[in-house]
Parts: sequence; structure tokens; C-alpha cells
Amino acid sequence: MKKTVYGIFALGAMAAFVWAPFRIFYEAPIQKTVLFFNQKIFYYHVPCASMLFLAVIICGVASFGFLKTRKGVYDDVALAAGDCSILFGAITLLTGMIWAKPAWNVWWQWDARLTMSLLLWMTMVGYVLVRRYGGLGAERLAAGLAFLGSVNVPLVYFSVKIWRTFHPPTSTVPNLPTSMAKVFGFCMLTFLVFFVLLLILRTKIAENKRRIYACNEQGLDAGLF
Amino acid sequence: MEPVEVLQKAMIIAKKDLRVEFRSREIFSTMLFFSVMVVLLFSFSFLKSSSKDSEMIAMGEMVPGIIWITLLFAGTLGLGRTFERERETGTMRALLLSPAPRISLFLGKTIGVFVVLALVALFVVPLIGLFFDNGFLSNMPELCVSLLMGILGFSIVGTFFAAMLLQSRARDVLLPVVLFPILIPLFIGGIKSTTGAATGDTMEAWFWIRFMLTYNVVFLTAAFWSFESLVIE
Repeated sequence: MKKTVYGIFALGAMAAFVWAPFRIFYEAPIQKTVLFFNQKIFYYHVPCASMLFLAVIICGVASFGFLKTRKGVYDDVALAAGDCSILFGAITLLTGMIWAKPAWNVWWQWDARLTMSLLLWMTMVGYVLVRRYGGLGAERLAAGLAFLGSVNVPLVYFSVKIWRTFHPPTSTVPNLPTSMAKVFGFCMLTFLVFFVLLLILRTKIAENKRRIYACNEQGLDAGLF
Repeated sequence: MEPVEVLQKAMIIAKKDLRVEFRSREIFSTMLFFSVMVVLLFSFSFLKSSSKDSEMIAMGEMVPGIIWITLLFAGTLGLGRTFERERETGTMRALLLSPAPRISLFLGKTIGVFVVLALVALFVVPLIGLFFDNGFLSNMPELCVSLLMGILGFSIVGTFFAAMLLQSRARDVLLPVVLFPILIPLFIGGIKSTTGAATGDTMEAWFWIRFMLTYNVVFLTAAFWSFESLVIE
């Protein structure tokens, strides 16, 4: 039953991903003042960035829950969110660079938001590295890193904000013309479904892995192998 | 437990660490050698010959960067060693079993790391002033406070992660991986305040010193709050 639901959602996300380019290029109007055609990447860039932040928040909250309750479920969710944040962070940074080249004529600009995203992504890469290579007790250490990392976010934001800001302000999104906003909402929803699906499936893998490990331990204790 | 008692026990642990360090001078001497070596490497990387004569000049305001990167690398080197020593002799378990609360352990270790790193800075920073003479030693109070704040923040966050990494496998390589992203705001604050002190812009220097103070308070609180649940043998 559950599998069918996931399957339906997966098929829906797939169909939406196929449909999205048509909507972006034919339905949404071209931005006619500054950016022209290269504004189209916005429909991928911003949803991915939102998913990155959502994943980081989920990872931080789940890690906090794990530290306080020591329940494995929280840890699985944190791990899944960590992996998702790497994926969406990579897409965000890459699409951002592709967009920056025609818009600002450089691949990278040391502006507050870019630096912030890169640092956030690096912290998450650190998190995943610790999970993978930390050995015994790595999940606790990684949870500590995620917790301190989330404490760090406002401080990083403040310290890099003093630098110049090239990035369009966040208020762009609510002020979009309706024809653009419709397509943007569609893309946002597509990415959200995709993200939630990935998150659930990755959590399941982590959970099963933990269970197998626990069974193995029990078997060893019972002297089965 | 009473706060005074916690502090007393922390001081005992710090004193013990410093006594061990004073007798062997192992961490201090290796850190100092490493720092001087890094400064030397920087001189090869960033000095260019001036256009007028054959004199070598430093490029712009890179001296604060040299100071902070040197201290950061040297500190990371010493940090791993502080806990490695406990692990090698098996005394970490003894420390954890002792009636001192975990917070005292954390504070004591932090103070130990702080004192050693501050001593290294005491030797290295005048040396950098000697090598790259561009008058950054002119605003002494700002420079000193900025260095102390930075080293304090480094000790707090560094001790926290080094203690947590104690039981994990690849701890030597993982320490910089977890430490550096968290230290970025402190690093920016350090660079900015030292630059302010070097260029005579004391307003800027004090602004960033206050920022570093905020960073230290935030992370000290976070460490107090989560250290107990993170370090369990």
C-alpha cells in the first residue's frame, strides 16, 4: 500500500519534471528589463535553494531531537536530510554559477548570500564525512556538529553580511508577476514532492540499516555466528 | 554542584594539564616550530619585490591573515595532541570517572589549551611584526584583546570537538573537517579586528572584538548545554 503511494508520487514528480521545462519556456513570460532569457534558471535555482535550507533545518532539528531523546528514528531522519542537503546544495551552487556567468559576468561573487550558502553546504559535507568515516559513535558527534552548525548560522550570516551584496533580495519572490509566480509555484511544488520522497526513502534505508546492524549484534550476543 | 566548585575543579584539571605540558614542553615546542615554519612559508608565497629596488615588500594588508592562519593551524595541531596524550596513557577514563563534573573537565581542558596557544601567540606575533614590518603593532590594546578573544573562542570550540572526536576512528583528519566551518565567523572577526588595529581604525577593531565576544558567549553556552550528553564513555 505504502509502496504504491510512493510510486504514484514518484511518477507524478517525474511527469512534473518533464512538463516543467515546457511551462518555464512557453508559459512564463521573458523578464524584459535586465536579465532577459537567463532569468529562466530562476525556476530551478530558487526551489533548490529552498530545499537546501529546508533540509538543513530538518537536519538540525532532528539532530537536536536525537541528542535529547537518543531515539534512532531522529538520527535516521537527520542522516537523510544531511544527504538531501548535499544534493540540493550542489544543484543550487551549480545553477547559481551558471546564472552568475551571464548575469554578473563572473562565475563566482564573494557576496553574503553566496558565501553563506557555500559555508552551509561545506558544513553539511563535513557532517556527511563525519557520518561516513567517524566509526563508532559517529552519529553522536555528527549530531553535535549539526547542532553547533545551526547555532552558527546567524553568526555566519551576520559576519558575512557586512560584505557587499549583489544577490537579488529575497523580496523578489512575493513580488513576481502572476504569470511567473504560477510557474514558479509549480516548480517549487515539484521540487518539494521530490525532496520529501527522497527524504522518506533515505530515512527508510537508514532505518533498515540500523535494524540489520542491531539484529547482527543480537545474533553475535546469542552466539549464532 | 556549586558554580565555584565547578570552577575550582576546572582549575585543578587545567593546572594538571599545564604541569604536564611544562615538564615535557612537547605541545608548546612543536606548535612554536610549526608556526614559525608557516610564517616562513607565507613569506615565500606572498612577498613580492618592490619596483624601486631589490627590497622585498609584503602585499597589502595580509599580515592579519598570516597571524590568524598561523594560529589556526598551530592550534589545530596542539588540540589533537592534548587529548591524544590522555588517550595514550588511558587517563581519559580516569578523568571521566573522577567526581569532577563533565563541565569542569571541559572548562579545565579549555583553559589549558588557551594558555598554551596564548603563549605561542606571544612568541609568534612579535616575530611576524619583525618579519613583516608594516606597523601593525602600533595599536597594542586592540591587537592584544583581539588575539585573546580569538584564541579563547578557538579553545572553546576546539576543545568541544576534540573531546567529542576522542572515540571516533579517523579523528586526526576529522578535527579540521568539523572545526573549520564552525570557526568561520570567529576567523572573520579576528581578521577584521586585527586589520582594524593594524590600520589604526580602532572603531572597526572594537566592533569586531564585540562580535567575537558574542560568538564566545554563544558557543560557551551551547557547549555547556550539550557537552554532558555528547561525551559519554
